[in-house]
Amino acid sequence: MSIDLEQFHETFYEESFEGLDIMESGLLELEQGEVDLENINTIFRSAHSIKGGSGTFGFTAVAEFTHDMETLLDQMRNGERSVSVPVVNTLLSSVDVLRNMLNAIRDGSEIDADNVAEMTSAIKSILGEEDNAPVSSEVEKSELVAKGWIVHFTPHLDIMKTGNDTVRLLRELNSLAESAEVVVDNSSLPPLSELDPEDCHQSWCINLTGNDVNEESIREVFAWVDDECDLKIEPLVDENSYAGPERRDVEDTDRRTKVPERRATERRTGKTTESSSIRVNISKVDELINMVGELVITQSMLSRFGELDEFNDNTLDRLKDGLAQLEGHTRELQESVMRIRMMPISFAFQRFPRLVHDLSATFDKKIELIVTGETTELDKTVLEKIGDPLVHLVRNSLDHGIESPADRVKAGKSETGVIELSAFHQGGNIIIQIKDDGAGLNTQKILSKAKEKGLVASDERLMDESIHDLIFRPGFSTADVVSDVSGRGVGMDVVRRNIRELGGAVEVKSTPGKGSVFTIRLPLTLAILDGQLVGIGEETYILPVISIIESLQVKTENINAVAGNAEVYRLRDEYIPIVRLYQVFGIKPISTDLESGLLVVVEAEGKKIAIYVDDLLGQQQVVIKSLETNFRKIEGLSGATILGDGTVALIIDIAGLIDLYQKDMASIVVPIKGAAA
Amino acid sequence: MATILAVDDSASMRQMVTFTLKGAGYQVTEAADGQEALTKAKSQQFDLIITDVNMPVMDGITFIRNLRGEANYKFIPMLMLTTESGMDKKQEGKAAGATGWIVKPFNPDQLLNTVKKVLG
Amino acid sequence: MSETADDLNSDAPVKEFKELLTFFLAGEEYGVDILRVQEIKGWDSVTNIPNTPEYIRGVINIRGAIVPIIDMRLRFMLEKKEYDATTVVIILNVVNKGSTDRVMGVVVDAVSDVYNVPVNDVKASPDFGTAVDTEFVTGLATIDEKMIIVLDIDHMLNAAELAVVDQMSE
Repeated sequence: MSIDLEQFHETFYEESFEGLDIMESGLLELEQGEVDLENINTIFRSAHSIKGGSGTFGFTAVAEFTHDMETLLDQMRNGERSVSVPVVNTLLSSVDVLRNMLNAIRDGSEIDADNVAEMTSAIKSILGEEDNAPVSSEVEKSELVAKGWIVHFTPHLDIMKTGNDTVRLLRELNSLAESAEVVVDNSSLPPLSELDPEDCHQSWCINLTGNDVNEESIREVFAWVDDECDLKIEPLVDENSYAGPERRDVEDTDRRTKVPERRATERRTGKTTESSSIRVNISKVDELINMVGELVITQSMLSRFGELDEFNDNTLDRLKDGLAQLEGHTRELQESVMRIRMMPISFAFQRFPRLVHDLSATFDKKIELIVTGETTELDKTVLEKIGDPLVHLVRNSLDHGIESPADRVKAGKSETGVIELSAFHQGGNIIIQIKDDGAGLNTQKILSKAKEKGLVASDERLMDESIHDLIFRPGFSTADVVSDVSGRGVGMDVVRRNIRELGGAVEVKSTPGKGSVFTIRLPLTLAILDGQLVGIGEETYILPVISIIESLQVKTENINAVAGNAEVYRLRDEYIPIVRLYQVFGIKPISTDLESGLLVVVEAEGKKIAIYVDDLLGQQQVVIKSLETNFRKIEGLSGATILGDGTVALIIDIAGLIDLYQKDMASIVVPIKGAAA
Repeated sequence: MATILAVDDSASMRQMVTFTLKGAGYQVTEAADGQEALTKAKSQQFDLIITDVNMPVMDGITFIRNLRGEANYKFIPMLMLTTESGMDKKQEGKAAGATGWIVKPFNPDQLLNTVKKVLG
Repeated sequence: MSETADDLNSDAPVKEFKELLTFFLAGEEYGVDILRVQEIKGWDSVTNIPNTPEYIRGVINIRGAIVPIIDMRLRFMLEKKEYDATTVVIILNVVNKGSTDRVMGVVVDAVSDVYNVPVNDVKASPDFGTAVDTEFVTGLATIDEKMIIVLDIDHMLNAAELAVVDQMSE
């Protein structure tokens, strides 16, 4: 039987990376002096599992490397080695090396052998082994291959209590030989009255004959019961001959080559197989099965109506009930399916203790990281993509937000800065906040820089919030302050763009001397949206209900035209720019007269606009489909959906639309900066 | 067909064991730790137990010790998956009532041979 | 172009032959590898996509997928023609190197025929005045004295799209 082990690799990688994360966070706890046996055990188990799996699936290099880590951890959990900072740091670095190895294997790239060797020797030097010569514990016995063997097998009374079965052992022994003669010795059987049927009182003497039987294979049969029997093996003396050592060598290689063969395939997987599997809690699957069960019942109930020749009031009512039920079940089923994609944000948060630990050392700052709301669930895709922006923001807070210990003391704060990373639900959205108690954004510096870069006219006056928002603008290069650590030289504009691509928004609030809060707002799922259908000319567009503040009929006296083309609408005491969607999107509208249509006031990233549409058409949940699958991203749109009649409607990305509108305006008239202000 | 309970905290190992055994026609139930395995073993009779040793919540040896104490598992074969280095674990396992062991790393063929041997 | 020729080679049921679906566009007959054709449908209304070139007619729903529709006449800057009863949309699988395959539709004047063409008969196109940029042409095939222009759809439909992206990001 041949089984392709490759099919299990993806699961192995997944659980190994999880295991590495567990090891990492465990080690970080240890480093902070919290020596907890259960914690060490958990770290050990992860290493042990990776070792076991990598051995089984043929990743020898990983298995060997992990073996030493495991040995070290084993000593720690047995109390044979004290937990010291250098040891923990070595293990932390080993985790990194291991992660790189696994990444390399998965991507089919070369393992950094130098790195591995360096780390291996670091661990070995802790273990006190200069060079670990492969332990060849195979005892050199002058092996005798006889014509046959006499096996005296005397089981102990309790041999069956471990589930071993003497008949099985004899059968197995029999299969080794060409022929076997068995003599049973029942002499020690007690009288029936004293017999405990669970005890074994018999013993056997077996004469095995056959050329290929060696002593080792006989001992192997009894390996499991070594302690539960007396075993004596003698060669059949007549006609015996020394087969010489070669014979045994062949036996050995026969049995052992199978594993190395598999190892050779380790490199073969040259293609990157991106992880696309998901691990789902069984309760979510059960819930789904229940829903489907309900659906089937409803369906069978409804199908009866198909057989009716005519309907009366009674059957019609029941049909309506059935359809209502169907609608309910469909919605619940949809929600259950969506929940399968939801995963706790801890998957994204767990790397931060390590990151903060490493960066604090780099920057010579003292930081306490507080993480809350790790169990908040969000869509797997969002989760995977939010990681990098988060890292960037946390790095930014640590680098630019939190002051040096000396400066903090001078400012009357505690030496240790606090960064709070939190996640929670708010009205159908997920909010992630990165909050620091540092110096806050330097409004003046940002403004002068923006003026220098030409992002703001030199005589322009802006509210603080608008100034702070400038850090997200493309072109506001922070090159002179973005150190290597603040991440691949990407700016905040990339952070905002990445978050917007997820249908989310990011904004910053900052108080001088008190610190800054970055707030990321993300949709619960990328797959479904509560949509407001609007009509513009012949077209139907969809606005996310979550962004809508209100819809209103236009009162002419509230319209103000600013510098020709740009119009603003006075709503209570706010002036809100009017965006004529037909203009931005180049659509032929039913009417261009503001009074004959409607304004939908929407908000994104703290900016409000009033979108002019011909008509409001109703609200419904829509399944979001990407335009990029077969086409490409379109500015101002977040995707498309299929309506009940099978036609396609486009979904508007409010933040993108505001950008588009500002760009449009900038090319026509004077720039409208900080539209909300 | 014989029913087997496969216990391992590693999903990939579980998958591999289950896949191999199902391919050979056995019925396989999975458990991710000793506690879960114990609950499952008590609610359904299995013909063979295959368990990992190092697991969270309840380790394999404790699991074997507990299950061996159950009347209907007195003589049921229980195999542990162990690494070569763990000779002391083998002894400990035997003392707890394990029938035998399968040494990790193993390949599907080795696993099947052992299972066939035990289940006859 | 060698790439596509290879593809056709290996895909063809008989090694030396490939099947071409041909269609008319402004009086000329074009061929595409039939294995890439997902379906052929009559012209139906599309949903316009704002701020895209005119030749991107819009998107339609093909079994739950959002599929862009490209007007080939407009794409190749040929004379515009009202859609009529023979106008069809050919839904094609476009292989995108280094990424997942895409599904796109092209609007053409009419579908013509299916031919089994020996691969060797597809000759590299001389640089002469076909309406279509030779860049998008795999080669020319002659069937019953007729000339058929074999299109490299992977190149054509990706280039079409990339050109727009570049233009937009300016």
